Amino acid sequence: MTAQPELTAGRDLTGTPPLLQISNLTVRFGPVLAVDGVSLDVAVGPFGLGLVGESGSGKSTIGRAILRLVRTSGGSIKFAGEDVGSLRGAALKAYRRRAQIVFQDPDNSLDPRMLIGATIAEVLRAHRVVPRTAITERVAALLAEAGLDPAFAQRYPHQLSGGQRQRVAIARALGVQPRLLVLDEPTSALDVRTQAHILKLVARLRSEHKLSYLLITHNFGVVSELCEQTAVLYLGKIAEIGDTKVLLRAAAHPYTVALRSAVPEVDLAGRRSRIVLPGDPPDAANPPSGCVFHPRCPLAVARCRTEVPVLRDAGPGHQVACHRAEDVLAGAEMPTRRRPPAIERPEAAASSELS
Amino acid sequence: MTGLARLAISDLDVSFGSRQVVSIADLRLDRAEILGLAGESGSGKSMTTLAVLGLAHTVGATVSGSITLDGQELTGLPQESLRDFRGRRIAAIFQSPSTAFNPVYRVGSIVTKALRLHGATKSEASDRAAEAMRQVLLPPDLMRRYPSQLSGGQLQRVAIALAVALRAEVLLADEPTSALDVTVQAEVLDLLRDLRASIGMSILFISHDLAVVAELCDRVAVMREGLILEQGPASQVLSAPAHPYTAELLQSVPKLASTT
Amino acid sequence: MIGAPTITPPDAAMPRGKALRRGLAANPLLTVGGALVLLIVFVAIVAPLIVPFPGDAGTATHPFEVLKAPSAAHWFGTDNVGRDIFSRVLFGARVSPVIAIIVLVIACLVGIPLGVAAGFLGGRVDELIMRVTDVFLAFPPLLLALALAAVLPASLTSVTIAIAAVWWPWYVRLIRGQAASVAGRPYVEACRALGVSRMRIIFRHILPNSITPVLVQVSLDVGGVILTASALSFLGLGAQDPVPDWGLMVSSGQSYFTPDWWMVTFPGLAILLTAFAFNLLGDGLRDLLDPKRSFLP
Repeated sequence: MTAQPELTAGRDLTGTPPLLQISNLTVRFGPVLAVDGVSLDVAVGPFGLGLVGESGSGKSTIGRAILRLVRTSGGSIKFAGEDVGSLRGAALKAYRRRAQIVFQDPDNSLDPRMLIGATIAEVLRAHRVVPRTAITERVAALLAEAGLDPAFAQRYPHQLSGGQRQRVAIARALGVQPRLLVLDEPTSALDVRTQAHILKLVARLRSEHKLSYLLITHNFGVVSELCEQTAVLYLGKIAEIGDTKVLLRAAAHPYTVALRSAVPEVDLAGRRSRIVLPGDPPDAANPPSGCVFHPRCPLAVARCRTEVPVLRDAGPGHQVACHRAEDVLAGAEMPTRRRPPAIERPEAAASSELS
Repeated sequence: MTGLARLAISDLDVSFGSRQVVSIADLRLDRAEILGLAGESGSGKSMTTLAVLGLAHTVGATVSGSITLDGQELTGLPQESLRDFRGRRIAAIFQSPSTAFNPVYRVGSIVTKALRLHGATKSEASDRAAEAMRQVLLPPDLMRRYPSQLSGGQLQRVAIALAVALRAEVLLADEPTSALDVTVQAEVLDLLRDLRASIGMSILFISHDLAVVAELCDRVAVMREGLILEQGPASQVLSAPAHPYTAELLQSVPKLASTT
Repeated sequence: MIGAPTITPPDAAMPRGKALRRGLAANPLLTVGGALVLLIVFVAIVAPLIVPFPGDAGTATHPFEVLKAPSAAHWFGTDNVGRDIFSRVLFGARVSPVIAIIVLVIACLVGIPLGVAAGFLGGRVDELIMRVTDVFLAFPPLLLALALAAVLPASLTSVTIAIAAVWWPWYVRLIRGQAASVAGRPYVEACRALGVSRMRIIFRHILPNSITPVLVQVSLDVGGVILTASALSFLGLGAQDPVPDWGLMVSSGQSYFTPDWWMVTFPGLAILLTAFAFNLLGDGLRDLLDPKRSFLP
């Protein structure tokens, strides 16, 4: 693949080497290239890196690859300097104590036939985290930390609400005292108040345990308060990466701008206009030529159709892969709101470049 | 609100035996209006949708009270009469578009079948289906595809196309964008706004996300445990919530860092 | 701001004893089926003690009581060599259902591990196991059992082996699908991510969550095995006279059916009742083990 400039984003400014270093990661599922040459760093905690993207962006795949749940096809993942891909046996199991994951689907991430306490104890036993006599106590402590009464240990998953199950999943992941936590869309399936509670929980755990985490989501709003840095992914590639506040305020990639604009807000000052991207997310098996975003990009020019943009600097600790980044930063206009066809007009207003 | 509301619900009670899940004293949806019903899971919002469609009995619930469409009483009507309303005058779209369509039929034929069921001739059905697809900004040749070949956003738009093709007056939208990516959600919300403007459709938009409701809706009603806690113009309810629960919902919306 | 208080839990799960009783009460199929099966087991155990003519289950013959119709002395009548059919039918409960259970246990012991391995491990292991299974499945079951039974010396043991050899592939296929589906579930993936060992995943997660269809199928198959054994006995393979195997009794009674119907009918009814009892049990078990419907987790 094209050589990428050295990544500056994600790196702790004090010069401490990053906790997690992903270099040129490629993951291929048959004909589909889910992750295409992604490089990311997650600093030592407390630190949060947001991974924002929509369906097909490859964000979940990256999370799974970090946990060795999918086979990678290229590139490397290093945790505290150690190559994760080559770990085997006892070393792999030891790694599983240092990096953990909380999945998206709270309804199915707990064995329906096991008591909550048993589910958490299983992990403690597998890693011999505490002596057997201390297990019940530790389970109670973990539940309490996740905001649940210890009596929950004697319940079954179906007796709990979605938010409570998600807390159990977090408690379980914390059982091994990981240094890195991957949160894969932890709140997408939850009610909005529960979402807020869970995010609060993550914030609290972050400061109490000096946790590093990778927060994977499709909603920009979620990363703004929890992640120092954010990477925006589109069809397996990084579109933009940098300081979260910078991305929200002065993004350099049209997709980031559109994504930011798409987040619903309670904006009482007046309904701000929003950028609507034409078309649908592309088919990963048949990616567009050149810049993969060009069919939907409101600022696409001829060059975008033929040349793949390379990740380049757009400011300190800020990188973007777009030919027209300068224009975006300068405030190029992006059309808001397509005009609706009236009932009589027969011609289609849809983009002709739907894949 | 002037004159007759398009959809008026009063003293609606939905119960499972002795357990009451919905108790709405008064809820009105006017012509060309988008009313947001904000509530979390368990609030009774989905049961309200079923009750309006006359389908509450299918899950074993009993309904009492009044639901009128343009002044005509719907509760108590026999199922045969209700079938004329369902889809045709009151349409509904739900959260999971991928499971809402029979996977063995092409999406186009689902739309034409629905039209023919409500009395259109074969050529009428085909024309109106194509027109509806254009109105939801989908290329008409997508009609030949099977549901598994379309994305969530496209399927949800087909579901809306069904409502448009049948020229439904009221659209009940139960968490239609919760399962969609944000940019796709933005498109669908846009589409709903356009339909309200172009054909005067009344939309009851149900969601747990107050931000989405704020973006889209003219008026908002907040629901919890079967009761409407407050309702009024969106700007009013959201800037000065009368009920602490509403305030809590508002605070739960993730806030983006302030932008220029 | 919204606090994160310690959330109080819902009511505790019902204690198992109460849940079991509730489950039974809500499940008439299970109760009736279970009771019938227990009855059959009881009969099998106490047969030697309660039958009027215990010797008739063995080698005794009574030339002067041949083919007597059902009466006060012989409730089910007598057969062609004068043996009391009632006694023989009751003793049969120690034969036919036992064959069925042994066959099914063997089929499970072979089929379940293979199926779980195929479903969970996937890849080449899956291919290998399934192709071998497919070969076995390609044979018409009765013919294969016949062929095997014909090669072995005619006895109950042979019949048992022959039928077991034919039966296990169905369970492989049945559980493989379930195991594969469970293996893909988020909680199994979570276990892998958490570092839980493969063995433990298989025994603690895959097996309990995929065994229900097999358990139900097993109870439904009891009747099927008995009938298959009967077919083999009918053809002269397997059980031989004087063993009071129900199938054998039906087959030997065939030629006497008109007008002496009782030789065939009563053993036939015994087969019917047993199959029916286990079918009910199977249906009831399926409902009981469905976590969404029952009180038991």
